[in-house]
Amino acid sequence: MMEPSAYLLLSGILFGIGVVGVVARKNALIILMSVEIMLNGVNVAFIAVGSHLGDPTGSVFAFMVMTVAAAEAAVGLAILIAIYRLKETIDITELSVLKW
Amino acid sequence: MVSGILDFLWLVPALPLLGVILNGAIALFSERPLLLAEAAHGGSHGDAHGGHHAAPAYRKLVAFIGPAVVGAAFVVSLLSVMALAARAPHDRLFVQVLFPWIQAGGFSAPAALQLDPLSSVMILVVTGVGFLIHVYSAGYMSHEKAFARYFVYLNLFTFAMLILVLGSNYLVMFVGWEGVGLCSYLLIGYWYEKKSASDAGKKAFIVNRIGDFGFILGMFLLFWTFGTLDYTQVFAKIPLLSANGILTTEIATAITLLFFIGATGKSAQIPLYVWLPDAMEGPTPVSALIHAATMVTAGVYMVARSNALYLLSPVSMAVVAVVGAATAIFSATIGITQNDIKRVLAYSTVSQLGYMFLACGVGAFTAGIFHLMTHAFFKALLFLGSGSVIHALSGEQDMRKMGSLKKHLPITFTTMFVATLAIAGIPGLSGFFSKDEILWKAFSSGHGHPALWAVGALAAGITAFYMFRLIFMTFFGASRMEPHVEKHVHESPFSMTVPLMLLAVLSVAGGWIGIPEVLGGHNYFEEWLAPVFAHGAAAAHGAAHHPVALEMGLMAGSVAVALCGIGLAYYLYRARTEKPKKIAEAVPGLYDAVYNKYYVDEIYDIFIVRRIVDGSVWLWRAFDAAFIDGIVNGVASLVRGSGDRLRRVQTGVVGNYAFSLLLGAVIIVGYFLAR
Amino acid sequence: MTGIVDTLTANLLTALIFLPLAGALLLVLLPRDDGRLLKNAAFGVTLVEFLLSLPLVFDFNGATAAMQFVVRAPWIPAYGIEYHVGVDGISLWLVMLTTFLMPIAILSTYDAVQKHVKEFMIFMLVLEVGMVGVFLAIDLFLFYIFWELVLIPMYFLIGVWGSERRIYSAIKFFLYTFAGSVLMLVAIIALYFHHYQVTGTYSTDLLRMYAIDIPVKLQFWMFAAFALAFAFKVPMFPFHTWLPDAHVDAPTSGSVILAAVLLKMGTYGFLRFAMPLFPVAAVDMMPVISGLAVVGIIYGALVAMVQKDMKKLVAYSSVSHLGFVMLGLFAFNIQGIEGGILQMVNHGVSTGALFLIVGIVYERRHTRLIEEFGGLSKIAPLFAAVFMIVTLSSIGLPGTNGFVGEFLILLGAFKSSRVLTVFAASGVILAAVYMLWMFQRVMFGKITNEENRHMTDLNGREIAYLLPLLVMIFWIGVYPQTFLRKMDASVSAAVARIETKRQAALSDRPAGEPLLVRYFDIDAGK
Repeated sequence: MMEPSAYLLLSGILFGIGVVGVVARKNALIILMSVEIMLNGVNVAFIAVGSHLGDPTGSVFAFMVMTVAAAEAAVGLAILIAIYRLKETIDITELSVLKW
Repeated sequence: MVSGILDFLWLVPALPLLGVILNGAIALFSERPLLLAEAAHGGSHGDAHGGHHAAPAYRKLVAFIGPAVVGAAFVVSLLSVMALAARAPHDRLFVQVLFPWIQAGGFSAPAALQLDPLSSVMILVVTGVGFLIHVYSAGYMSHEKAFARYFVYLNLFTFAMLILVLGSNYLVMFVGWEGVGLCSYLLIGYWYEKKSASDAGKKAFIVNRIGDFGFILGMFLLFWTFGTLDYTQVFAKIPLLSANGILTTEIATAITLLFFIGATGKSAQIPLYVWLPDAMEGPTPVSALIHAATMVTAGVYMVARSNALYLLSPVSMAVVAVVGAATAIFSATIGITQNDIKRVLAYSTVSQLGYMFLACGVGAFTAGIFHLMTHAFFKALLFLGSGSVIHALSGEQDMRKMGSLKKHLPITFTTMFVATLAIAGIPGLSGFFSKDEILWKAFSSGHGHPALWAVGALAAGITAFYMFRLIFMTFFGASRMEPHVEKHVHESPFSMTVPLMLLAVLSVAGGWIGIPEVLGGHNYFEEWLAPVFAHGAAAAHGAAHHPVALEMGLMAGSVAVALCGIGLAYYLYRARTEKPKKIAEAVPGLYDAVYNKYYVDEIYDIFIVRRIVDGSVWLWRAFDAAFIDGIVNGVASLVRGSGDRLRRVQTGVVGNYAFSLLLGAVIIVGYFLAR
Repeated sequence: MTGIVDTLTANLLTALIFLPLAGALLLVLLPRDDGRLLKNAAFGVTLVEFLLSLPLVFDFNGATAAMQFVVRAPWIPAYGIEYHVGVDGISLWLVMLTTFLMPIAILSTYDAVQKHVKEFMIFMLVLEVGMVGVFLAIDLFLFYIFWELVLIPMYFLIGVWGSERRIYSAIKFFLYTFAGSVLMLVAIIALYFHHYQVTGTYSTDLLRMYAIDIPVKLQFWMFAAFALAFAFKVPMFPFHTWLPDAHVDAPTSGSVILAAVLLKMGTYGFLRFAMPLFPVAAVDMMPVISGLAVVGIIYGALVAMVQKDMKKLVAYSSVSHLGFVMLGLFAFNIQGIEGGILQMVNHGVSTGALFLIVGIVYERRHTRLIEEFGGLSKIAPLFAAVFMIVTLSSIGLPGTNGFVGEFLILLGAFKSSRVLTVFAASGVILAAVYMLWMFQRVMFGKITNEENRHMTDLNGREIAYLLPLLVMIFWIGVYPQTFLRKMDASVSAAVARIETKRQAALSDRPAGEPLLVRYFDIDAGK
């Protein structure tokens, strides 16, 4: 069995790319994609550790996350389209109506 | 005489109450529409003596009901008193319990009436003099638009006054006590459109309330000491409670002084006398009934009623006597300078009330009540006479604009002159006997002092002086009337002059029931009241061992002082009419001070009234609105302000939220790693 | 038929509490644009409620201190919470006051309320549910529910139908009372757990709480929490500043109910909860509470005296009158407490009437400033007579209701504290000053303001709703025994309970123990 550290490193890198994407980008679509990357980074970690320990729970969790991610992407994109139709932009700095 | 009449004692107050209800209904249903119609027609003239109107039928009814109920009450009173007199002296006490009024825990005060010699005198005076004044009012007030309203108030007053004197415990007395205060307020302010009238009414009520404050506290102390407010029970318990140390002299002094505060309010004594002169804003019959004959004597009645308590405390007795004597001389001096005919009489009333308290203070309760009665006769007569003068002069009250009225108003003049002789203490008239009795007791009684006699005698001289000044200025000399007034001068109608004549008879003969034995008479009055004043008798009869010659000498002395007063008045206001002005100019400071009533009203106003009002404004603006509410609103704005700062965190930019999320995650993970 | 009557009698209190709610539901179904119908319906409901409450007086047994007409059913058994309602001599007249005044308050809205009539009436009816419930609830939890229920409709009544600063006043009213009631909730929960510790069962029943002993230290904090909640509501000086604002901005009927009933919830709370549950603390705190009460009496009167707005004057006079009530309750004797209860009713009647009178003037002239008036007696003699009678009742003239209450209060208080009573009695003088001064400025003098010349005298509807109040003024003043007799047993029992429980709780403590030692273990001597 291979050591999980390489996978965990990969997982961390993916997660980090996602975080940077979420925090730094202004395009809501990109942010949504970055979130997906973060989720996948987590998935890698789940599977790696699960397989290292011989426990299927890790894989189960990965599936769970993928399901949720799919749902989230669907709802999120729908919202984005709705917002775009309304505001003709998906730049989050211009979408600050929740501000006080 | 059927003694069963006593079971109808309740009718005495109930009849005037019936008058209130009937006249009230008439005022509401017959008079109100007329007044409203008139107000709607824009008549802003609604003053004292408006134009003549065709008298609607309801006015005749009111003019009948008002006096009739009081007259009927007088008849019932008379019969009741006769029934009472038929009993043995020690048995002359009749109590009628009407219903339980207030009961709570150990406290109980029934609504009950009590007829005994003292209340007998009082109800006869109240209903008798009251009846005459009601009759007089029907004539005097006949030009008034709110005629029914007047009689509602007047009947209500009679009702309250009867409750005051007939109550069988202090609480019922207090009901009447405040009730007459209310009626006084309503009647002084009868011409409510006049600012001075409504001011005077308010002042009377409030000053009386200050007195009532003392009275009610006295009642509390009395109740928690004796466990009851009932006269008979309280007085019966005195020996027992004194013996076992519950009723100390200090407590007796406290109770009686608190009561006396009430009496100074109601009976216009120093320092609470200030309302009575202003009360002359009311219609003149009201001044006669309330502010001379009956209500203002309530304080004397109360002190006399509580004689057993007062006698426990030498301090209280001394205070009552000194305040009475001081008031007698103080207000008599003010009376000298007043030019308003009613004000002279008002200060005279204050002064005479001082005499009554002087009598009570030296233990001569009988003499005090005797003077109360004779004063009711002659002072009511004087006020009604002055009312007749004012009526004749279309409302003029300034004596400087009168003069020579003797020929125009013969009946008024004669009757008023009789009353003046009585109040001046001319031998043979009622005032002489009662006043002399007081002066003698002030000198001779165990509680008395020669100084009290001297002050009283001096005040008697001043009284004779200012009363004759009034007579000379009003009825003698050259006419100083305004021409248009002089044209309409007329003697008053019979409804007004007949009461005057009856009161004149009483002013003469009223004193004959109490002729002192030194003059060869028999004091029936003292004998009649003896059961009530049994406790005080011993003290007052310290007089017994004084030589007859001394008593006669003092009597002659006081008569001489009175004659001097009369002579001086004749000299200044008949013989040398230019003198008074010169005297006034000679001592301007003194004259102004007396003329302005020693500035007492102003002093009260500046040092008490204004202070309280200004303080209250400060409390409201600075303390309530700025300080307390400032704290309340401060807390609110603190919360609001913090929210205001905190909400800036909500930028609405998703990136910021994501960043703070990340930051939070890093901190938490960092915390667990660092541990 | 007898079956129905029996069922109704057995559940009379439940019917009383929920009838207005049923009425409110009925109003929901009525068309919203027919204001007259809505008003008539609401009036009908409150009138039926009043008639339904009459058997309470007739069948009430004044000889016993026990709760009567009790309805008791489990509500949330898991937590020992019950639906437990009953009435005794303390609450009887407050319930009657509520049901008596509601139809009057509704009648006063016929001209005054023109917008959102439906909602207004529904809120009024819901308010009545809360008020009746507060006075009838014996279960602490149930009491708390009703207590809070009252807040919501009153908040809207002020906030929607009020005058100029209504939002500010409504929020102030709400937050003030709510802050207090949260404290009370904490104390109720603490009491609940204490009951469990002592007895091993969970219960929120007041009568069971009466039975347990509460340690002296705990009493202090719980009393403080309850007292603060109730003091906000009364309101006692210095927590009174919400009252003038709320009154000035509330609609007339809201002011009437606020003054007449809502304030009594506070004083009632003291008498029902704070005093008997924590007798040691209550008696020890007496100087503070009575002292504040006396300050309130004088302060309220002085500030009332210089007000320019009639309604604000009456509001400050309430502070003064409620001070009397508190002084009476904290005399801890029969005279004081009976006087206090009677004064609660009196204040409801007299001040209710005063607010109605101010409302009548306001409807005609749309101002309440005293200086705008003068000489109204001439054009409105009947109004003047009614106003005078109510004024006299408010200043406690013998023969009117105010006197009997104030007299008993001062009589009772005199026994507890002479000095405080002397100061309190001076409030009687000041009451005459501010009321008569206002009366003079509004009613006497000549008509100087032309706008007043066309004011009309009372109309039939106004006479109809003022007349019952006048009858009560004289009834209570002349024959108070009707009222005092029914409260005698309950008040005597309450006084006795407070005293015995206090003695029991202090039996193992040294006499004359300093309060700092008793409550905080701080011994200043060491």
